[in-house]
Amino acid sequence: MTPQSSFMIVAPIRPNRIGALRELLATMNLKPGVANPDNGLVPFGRFENLHFARFVVLDDQTTGDIETLYGVHRPTPPIYLAFLGDFDGSYDSFLDSLVERAASGLRRIFAFCEGFSQGDDLRRWMAAQERRPATYYCNWVGRTVLQTREEEQLRRALRGYLDRSPAVADREALTVHETLRGFVQKEEAAGNLSLTPTAATPFAFTARHLFDWVLLVLLVVAGVVTLPLTLIPLLLLAWKVRSLEKSDPEMAPPTDPQWAAQLYALEDYGISNQFSAMGTLKPGWVRAFVMASVLWIIDLTARTIYTRGRLARVDTIHFARWVYLDNRTRVYFASNYDGSLESYMDDFINKVGFGLNVVFCNGVGYPRTEWLLLKGSSDEQKFKYFLRRHELPTEVWYDAHAGLTAINLQRNALIRHGLEKTSLTERQAREWVELIR
Amino acid sequence: MNPVDYGDVQGLAAYAFGKLVEASYLLLRIRDSAAARAWIAAAPVTTAEPRDPPPDTALQIAFTPAGLRALGLPETAISGFSAEFLDGMAGSANRSRRLGDIGANDPANWLWGGPGIAADLIVMFFAMRNLDQWRQTVQTTPWDDAFETISTLTTSNMGGVEPFGFIDGINQPVFDWKREQAAPQNTVSFDNRVALGELLLGYPNEYDKYTDRPLLDPTAEAAGLLPAEDQPARRDLGLNGAYLVVRQLEQDVRGFWQYLAAAAGEDSQERYRLGAAFVGRTLDGAPLIPPTGETVAGITEKPGQPRNSFTYDSDLRGAKCPLGAHIRRANPRNADLFGNPSGFIARLGSQLAIPRPQVGEDLIASTRFHRILRRGREYGEKLSPEDALEPAPSSEAPRGIHFACIGANISRQFEFVQNAWLMSTKFNGLTEESDPLLGNRAAVGDCPVTGFFSIPRDGKAARRLTGIPQFITVRGGGYFFLPSLRALRYIARAGQTPA
Repeated sequence: MTPQSSFMIVAPIRPNRIGALRELLATMNLKPGVANPDNGLVPFGRFENLHFARFVVLDDQTTGDIETLYGVHRPTPPIYLAFLGDFDGSYDSFLDSLVERAASGLRRIFAFCEGFSQGDDLRRWMAAQERRPATYYCNWVGRTVLQTREEEQLRRALRGYLDRSPAVADREALTVHETLRGFVQKEEAAGNLSLTPTAATPFAFTARHLFDWVLLVLLVVAGVVTLPLTLIPLLLLAWKVRSLEKSDPEMAPPTDPQWAAQLYALEDYGISNQFSAMGTLKPGWVRAFVMASVLWIIDLTARTIYTRGRLARVDTIHFARWVYLDNRTRVYFASNYDGSLESYMDDFINKVGFGLNVVFCNGVGYPRTEWLLLKGSSDEQKFKYFLRRHELPTEVWYDAHAGLTAINLQRNALIRHGLEKTSLTERQAREWVELIR
Repeated sequence: MNPVDYGDVQGLAAYAFGKLVEASYLLLRIRDSAAARAWIAAAPVTTAEPRDPPPDTALQIAFTPAGLRALGLPETAISGFSAEFLDGMAGSANRSRRLGDIGANDPANWLWGGPGIAADLIVMFFAMRNLDQWRQTVQTTPWDDAFETISTLTTSNMGGVEPFGFIDGINQPVFDWKREQAAPQNTVSFDNRVALGELLLGYPNEYDKYTDRPLLDPTAEAAGLLPAEDQPARRDLGLNGAYLVVRQLEQDVRGFWQYLAAAAGEDSQERYRLGAAFVGRTLDGAPLIPPTGETVAGITEKPGQPRNSFTYDSDLRGAKCPLGAHIRRANPRNADLFGNPSGFIARLGSQLAIPRPQVGEDLIASTRFHRILRRGREYGEKLSPEDALEPAPSSEAPRGIHFACIGANISRQFEFVQNAWLMSTKFNGLTEESDPLLGNRAAVGDCPVTGFFSIPRDGKAARRLTGIPQFITVRGGGYFFLPSLRALRYIARAGQTPA
C-alpha cells in the first residue's frame, strides 16, 4: 500500500506584487479557479500521483479582529503565497518531480515571493518554506490516483457489460461474479483494462501506524487510570474555558455581497470543490492549549480510526488539513470536498457540529459555544457567515478525480476488491453485484 | 411566546386553496410607484384566518427586491433580507450552476424572471369559479397606472394530478402553528413536523434560532409593525412573512411516456412500473415502500389509504424504491443520527460513526432542515399517459407546473433541495444520474453523461436505464417576499415619506 502525503510551500509575497501574481496564477486556469491540468507553469495533469493541488494567496481580511475585539495589537503579518497539494508516495520524491517537471514555471511564480532569487536552488528553497500540517486527513489511506482511475475504468467496463448483456445481469450473483471475472481477464489481456497490484507498504509507515494505534490505546487507558489525578486540573480547565466562552465576543456579520460574489465565482464547476480559510487564535494560553490538544487528537484519530472513507460522520472530504502559521498565532484550513459549500456547511453542522466547535471556537469571532462542544455551529446563519468571512479565494485548484465523489471512489474500490476474490459466499456475491451501478 | 396572528399571514402559507380550482398569476413591473402603493394599500389580500364558509376567492401579493425598491422601501430595510433573495434566482452564474439552470434551462432563455425580464411583484388570483370576472373587480383603478404586465401565468385544474399523470402534493411538512414543540436536537427518527420558523419569518427555526430578516428602528412609520420576538426594541418587517419561490417548469409529457414505452418494450405494465420507479410512487400515489403500519410522527393517513407512513430506513440499498427516485431525492425522510440508535452509547457511536455505517447508510441526514411547503399549480392541457404515446399535433400548447414553494430560508430549503438532492448526480451515493424527472442531463466535471437511472435489485446487479432525455425545462422563475398584512401596509406606506 502506498501512503499519501502532503506538501505546503508558504512564502511572503513581495509588497505591491500581489496583483501581478494573481494575474500570473489566473493564466493557469481553464475557468475561474479551475486549473488547466496542462497549464504551462505547473502541469498538474502530468503528475500521475497528484490528487489535489492549489495556489492560494493568504490574505486574511480578518487579521484586525483580534485588535478590534480584544485590544491585542500585533504587527501586521505578511501576505503569503501558499502552494499545497496531496500526493501518493514520499515527500522527497514528489519534490524532486516538481523540480523536474515544473522548475521554470515555479521559478516564475516564486519570483513574486520574498527571499527567492533565480540563483537559488529551487528544491532546497521549497523544502525550507515547507509548513507541516498540525492535523492532516486523508479520506482513504493507501488509495492512489492510479488506483482511482483504474477502478473507475473497471466500474464503467463492468456496468457497460451488464448494460449490453441484460441476460447476464439477471443471473444469480455468483454466476455474474464468475462471468465478470472472465470478462475482466480478457479485457486485461487485450490491454483495455489494467488493475495494478498494490505496492508493498513502506516499513516506516507500518511502524508509525502501529505506534499510532498503541499511542491511542495507551492514551485512552492512561486517561482513565489517571483520572483521579487529572480530574481537578481538568475541571479547572473546563471552568476556565467556560468563563472565557461567556465573554469571548462574536464577529460574524452577514457576508458582504461583493466578497460572496468573488468566492462564488470560483465554485461549483464540478462535483467537488475547494475550501481555504484562515483565522487568528484567541489570545491566551488556554485557547492555545485547547487548540493544540484538539488538533493533535484529531490528527491521531485520522491516522488510526478514520482512515477508511470518513472523518467521524463526514464522508465527503477527500483531503483536509489545519496548518499553524506565524508562531502558532494563526491557523490555515484547507479541504477538498464533494458538493457545494452550502451543503458542505449544512452537512458539517448537522453531522459533526461538536467537532467544528471544539476546533474553530478557539478562533477569534466564532459563534458562542458552550463547553467547547455545544451551540456554536448550530447558530447556523452566524456559523455560515463566519466561515465565508474567513474563507480565502483559491486562485488555482487542481482535482485529479473530477467527476467522482469520495463515496464513488469508495464503492469503486469495493467493486474491485470483490472482483479480485476468487471465491465469494452467495451472500457476499449478492452484496457485491448490487454495488455495480 | 406569542400566539400566531393568523389574520396577519397571507393565506397561501397555511392553505393550498385547493377548492379554488381556478388560478392565475400576474408578473408585474411597477409603472408608477404612487399608484402601485395606492392599489396595494387597498388590495383585499386573503389571510390565513380560518373562515366559515371558506372564501371562494383569494388574492396574494409578493415582491422581488426590485419591486420593494420601486415602491420606495428604504435600503436599510431591503438589505436585511437574505442574500439569495436579494441576488435573485437568476442573479449569478454560480446560482444557475447550483440550481441546474444551465443549457436548455439557462435563464437567458426564460419567458420571465431572466435577465432584463425580471418582475417587481407577483399577484396571485385564486377563485372557485369565474376567475376572470372576479379579477376585473380587483384590478380596478389605479391598477392600470400602477402596473405593466410582464407575463400572465395561467393554470389549469388537473384534479391533483401533475401533467405526467402522477398524483402530486401527497406529502407536505406539518408546521407547528400552535408553537407547541421545543426544537429537537440529534433526532433519531424522522419526524414530519417542523418548527414554524422554517415557514414564517420571526419565529424560531429548527436550529432554535430566528432566521435573519429586516428589523427596523421603531420610527413612526414602522409603528404598525410588531416588535421582533428576539429583539423587542426593533420592529419586525419579516414577521409572519415568508419567501415564495416560483418556477415555471415545462413538462414534455409525450417525451416522458414515449421514452418509458421504448425502454419497457411491448409490456405496457412495465412502462408504468418504470414510471413509478422514476417517481417513487405509482400513478395513483401508492409509495413503492409499502407502508409497514409503522407510525411516522406528524403524518396522519386517510383510513385505508396509507401513502405516507414510511421512511427509507429499511431500504438502504434501494431495492424497493430506487435510490434516485424523485420523491426519495426531494424528501429523504431521515433523522439527524443514523441507525435509529437508542441509549447513550449507541447515540454516541452514531455521532462518531463507530462502528462504521453500512454501505449506503448515513449518506444523507437531517431532512428536517430542508423541508419546503409546495404550492404548485399545473398549466396547459391534460394529456393521459396513453395519449402521450401518440405523436404531437403540429402546434401543441406547452404544459407543465408553475412550481411554487414557501419557506423562511430559500438557501437552506429550496436551493439545498434543488442543488444537493434533486440536481445532484451523486445523491445518495449514485454515480452519474440526475433526477429522473427534473434532471438537465448536463455533464458534470469529467462525468460527461448523466442521463442514467439505476433500479437496484435485491441480490442482483441493478437494472440501468440509459440515454434518458431532459423531460422538464425551466421556463421562468423568481424569488419573492410574501409579506405579512402588517408588512404589506408598511410597504404601501413607506415610500410616501420623502427620504
